[in-house]
Amino acid sequence: MFPRPIQQASPQARVLYQIALPIALILWLLPLIGVAMTSVRPSSDLAAGNYFGLPSAIAFDNYLAVFRNSPIASYILNSFKVTIPTVIGAVALSCMTGFALAVYKFRGNVLIFFLFVAGNFVPFQILMVPVRDLTLQLGLYDTTLGLALFHIAFQTGFCTLFMRNFIRALPYELIEAARVEGVSEIRIFWYVVLPLMRPAIAALSVLVFTFIWNDYFWATVLTTGAATQPVTAGLYSLNGQWVAAWHLVSAGSIIAALPPVLMFFLMQKHFIAGLTLGAVK
Amino acid sequence: MQAYLKANQRRLAPWLFLAPGALFFVVYVIAPIFQSMAISFYDWDGLGEAVWIGLDNYVELVDDEAFYVSLKNNVLWLALYMLAVPAGLLIAIFLNQTVWGIRAYKSLFFFPFVISQVVVGLMFSWFYAPNFGLLYAIIEAITGQGVAILAEERFVTYGIIAAGLWPQIAYVMILYLTGLNNVAPDQIEAARLDGAKGWKMLWYVILPQLRPATFIAVVVTVIGALRSFDLVSIMTTGGPFGSSRVLSFYMYEQALSEYGYRMGYGAAIAVVLFAIMMVFITGFIWKMWRDEKDH
Repeated sequence: MFPRPIQQASPQARVLYQIALPIALILWLLPLIGVAMTSVRPSSDLAAGNYFGLPSAIAFDNYLAVFRNSPIASYILNSFKVTIPTVIGAVALSCMTGFALAVYKFRGNVLIFFLFVAGNFVPFQILMVPVRDLTLQLGLYDTTLGLALFHIAFQTGFCTLFMRNFIRALPYELIEAARVEGVSEIRIFWYVVLPLMRPAIAALSVLVFTFIWNDYFWATVLTTGAATQPVTAGLYSLNGQWVAAWHLVSAGSIIAALPPVLMFFLMQKHFIAGLTLGAVK
Repeated sequence: MQAYLKANQRRLAPWLFLAPGALFFVVYVIAPIFQSMAISFYDWDGLGEAVWIGLDNYVELVDDEAFYVSLKNNVLWLALYMLAVPAGLLIAIFLNQTVWGIRAYKSLFFFPFVISQVVVGLMFSWFYAPNFGLLYAIIEAITGQGVAILAEERFVTYGIIAAGLWPQIAYVMILYLTGLNNVAPDQIEAARLDGAKGWKMLWYVILPQLRPATFIAVVVTVIGALRSFDLVSIMTTGGPFGSSRVLSFYMYEQALSEYGYRMGYGAAIAVVLFAIMMVFITGFIWKMWRDEKDH
């Protein structure tokens, strides 16, 4: 293990480490702690200049006010309307593309694989004008469906990379054995490979959920009003309306951040497995 | 027909499995790249007739001061964002212990990455805010005069990059923590018996084994730096006086904001950004291809 386990260090070093841990964490999360505290700070504190002392009272009203005075509930609903279909779509499509690229030898296999990988790295701006135009022509501009369709397509690049590498690492003999038995290719996919892909599907689902929930660029390019905008874009427009009402901005920020954070804590193992696949061989 | 399908299924199957995903990807990702390149030769407001103007958009870019500011800021982003790699490694090493509660520490350190950049941008705007922002207050306490980071042309880009580094360091940290988990213990023991420790151990024994993690960390950091858009848009909308623009934001501003609907000019900026990104993408793909061959 590197570095040397702290248990083998001197007692002083051990105590020092135990003290350093929480201090480092507080410093690291200082902006977040500040915002969390502001989100429960009564507005009277802000008026009195108490910006980062302890709140004089815990004002959960800020959260109520955010829901009452802004369409944030609708923004959150829109985020789900974009995120859930995207997760399902991108994972389903990439299960198939990943299977095709991992299991079969055919001309152009590696080329197609690299196209997916490279496409996944391009800057969004090179896609912006044509994608916006296409969405307009399909009559899907300013709809959650139009946004979801693009996300499905784009995420398929990353997901294919992930799925293909995952399936490659599965024991190929299983597939061979099934073929000898005369099982059709589609059944091999469905009954042999897909059940083994569960961890990959879980990992990708949380990752894609977080990516899409947090997307801001495409939300501003493809949607406009509170009826369709996801919470990231909504939060930004609220920020414009609530100039200097930092207690509301903070409460709104915390609300917007909550779903991916919950997702992360519930599915931590899968989340990290997803991020680090390929980083360690 | 059925017999044909059955006899050739192993030849046909990959194409059938690929078709839906590939179709989506071609329509929404591959084709738009070429469409954007084509649009960059036109003068077009997005609604009316597009007028072919050849290289005029690119000629205009050469004389556009805002373009150079954006380009310079992109270079700055790229250079400073790289700090995430050593910083992430440092935190990973710091946290790579087995003491009570360490798992909770690791996930809390990772926290910033899970939050949307919109929220990160708002948090840091608050942190930097003149008069009452925490950083402003700290600087004021030390130097006697506060600095409104986001309103100062000299500091604004650094301020935004610092906000961007926060989640990026968390990301790199997780990559290295996983990497450290997989470092061969017998090699460390052997090196220890040879008297290696501290920096020497890190440099000669650990880092070479962390190469796959470092590669991914560099890839995601480069991409992250060149894609930076959200934070600039949230924290300053390019200001003050356009001094914090980056190419991705300038493109958006030209093509889709109140400053005008110059799709062609925006597309030309996007093509330049794409060309820069392509240099890196080609490098990554080339390395992946080499690994693939060795496999």
